[in-house]
Amino acid sequence: MSEVTRAATHSLEAQGLTLAYDKVEVAKDLSLSIPPGRITCIVGANACGKSTLLRALSRLLKPSKGSVLLDGQSIHRLPTKTVAMHLGILPQSPIAPEGITVADLVARGRYPHQKWFRQWTKSDEQIITDAMVATQTLELATRPVDELSGGQRQRVWIAMALAQGTDLMLLDEPTTFLDLAHQVEVLDLLVELNQDEGRTIVMVLHDLNHACRYSHHLVAMREGRLVAEGTPEEVVTEALVKDVFDLRSMVMPDPVSGTPMVVPIGRHFNVNEEDGLTTAGEGIST
Amino acid sequence: MRTTPVLDTAPSTTAGRADALAIVSKARDAGRARGAAVGLVLAAGIALSFAISVSVGDFPIPLAEVVPAIFGFGSPDAHFIVQTLRLPRALTGLLVGAAFGLSGSIFQSLARNPLASPDIIGITAGASAAAVFIIVVLGGGGLLISIGSFAGALVTAVAIYFLAYRRGITAYRLVLVGIGVAAVLSSLTSYLLTRAQIWDAQRATVWLTGSLNGRGWEHVRPVGLALLLLAPLVAVLARPLKTLQLGDDAAKGLGVGVESYRRWLILAAVALAAVATASAGPVAFVAFVAPPIARRLTRTSLTLLPAALVGGLLLLVSDLVARRVFAPTELPVGIITGIVGAPYLLWLLARANRVGRGG
Repeated sequence: MSEVTRAATHSLEAQGLTLAYDKVEVAKDLSLSIPPGRITCIVGANACGKSTLLRALSRLLKPSKGSVLLDGQSIHRLPTKTVAMHLGILPQSPIAPEGITVADLVARGRYPHQKWFRQWTKSDEQIITDAMVATQTLELATRPVDELSGGQRQRVWIAMALAQGTDLMLLDEPTTFLDLAHQVEVLDLLVELNQDEGRTIVMVLHDLNHACRYSHHLVAMREGRLVAEGTPEEVVTEALVKDVFDLRSMVMPDPVSGTPMVVPIGRHFNVNEEDGLTTAGEGIST
Repeated sequence: MRTTPVLDTAPSTTAGRADALAIVSKARDAGRARGAAVGLVLAAGIALSFAISVSVGDFPIPLAEVVPAIFGFGSPDAHFIVQTLRLPRALTGLLVGAAFGLSGSIFQSLARNPLASPDIIGITAGASAAAVFIIVVLGGGGLLISIGSFAGALVTAVAIYFLAYRRGITAYRLVLVGIGVAAVLSSLTSYLLTRAQIWDAQRATVWLTGSLNGRGWEHVRPVGLALLLLAPLVAVLARPLKTLQLGDDAAKGLGVGVESYRRWLILAAVALAAVATASAGPVAFVAFVAPPIARRLTRTSLTLLPAALVGGLLLLVSDLVARRVFAPTELPVGIITGIVGAPYLLWLLARANRVGRGG
């Protein structure tokens, strides 16, 4: 990996964002600031606007009001290639061209650093190599991406995002379509990138428990608004889960990580309010 | 996943990093070497079929005399036949095939769909409708047909672009709208043919099949000039095109101005298809099959030069077959390329249905 631990110097914040698709408002008056050098997770129910917020933060979507500031400058006014040198985005469903090999796909992450007169250098090659080592995709270098499993493919895409060499990495649901083991593998990898290289990571996650465990900073959204923001310990309470997901739950410390763990209750089980123990709910029939 | 020893050595050590770098360099060099080898073989194939194409005919010219005759030496007879008949015909075939191959490759890569080639999504259908209109209604020929078909292709492309445009262009809508437009235009062409005099209808039908018969220098010049101007433009646009293949969001994230690059690429691809159609008619399926053949040969995901070479070779060889199989009667070359392309289209559609995606 890179020899120098990079200092997370780039700041990213949103000011008074109103976001809309085709004039249908999805989110209104959002302001937040992404803590540099930390992992931030955006959580919320389906269609709460969390992916839309991530798209706006990564300048894929132009806000109808407000602005996103990268180092204090409006991200939509900066040349897009300049932004790409500091901020990388892994969209939800990127497309691997038919027949492309892993090494060639990862190499495409170097686009913002290339110029038409300076096509490809040894240092580009070293950077994509480091990215492949970090994501354990080196042994797949010559394989076509079409032939890989879902987990392998996601690591290849993360390698491409890494090869872009940005301090800020935004990921839209990097664990969807992966089984539990591969989900944890991808999240572990992102933690390493954050700890070893000081990269700022922002991701949308579906799984609240993963978000609690794998983030320093949590942003909860509901119906296009920010409901709560802070460390998982501060943010994740039974009241918040009820508010954000409309779900009764118990929140207790995760026996492994000590972070908050959400145990959903649902309709078929009961919980004694006083001692927190389950009582005679009907359960599911056996 | 920890299967290779490389990963077990600490990658941060200099030796581990160097080993890893060697693996990646080797992988990428192998790809480049394969691309270069394929390019050379294709170029050799083109040179050979070009020479044979100039050599054979009612008045055979020995292969040994072909090259001198091309450069203006040799007997007066050979000189005349080569310079006025066979050389411009072979050159038209080569250049038209290359232009179709390049155009098809750009369209298919942009749309990320093998069906999105100019002969499927209506660009050449627009050229055909315009050409048949000129032949049947205006009674025009030669240059007028070329200009008309060029204009028809451009107008059709603009129409498809705006019909498919909704906050940007999505590949899928482009293909669907294009196929719809192609259907409308081909029924227009059929209608015009029913109104035509028999002689005009015959001329129009030959043009519609795509033919290199009687092609002269006036057909070589426009397509040659277009390639001279557009090939460098495409070369510059190749790198952004490689990121566009990853999807619009990923391309934007890599700092590519998606809409403007896409417009330039479409413009180049349409111009190439239009000028090729104007020179030789809508030769079936060259733009459609050349890029996937090139992709399978080079095993890379974006093939521009190889697709152009495959297109040129395909048209040269097809024309050779078309000229010789029922000699002295010459078939239009489009019949041969159709025989090659149609099964591939069927296979592609069958596969698309089976795997449940548009190709």
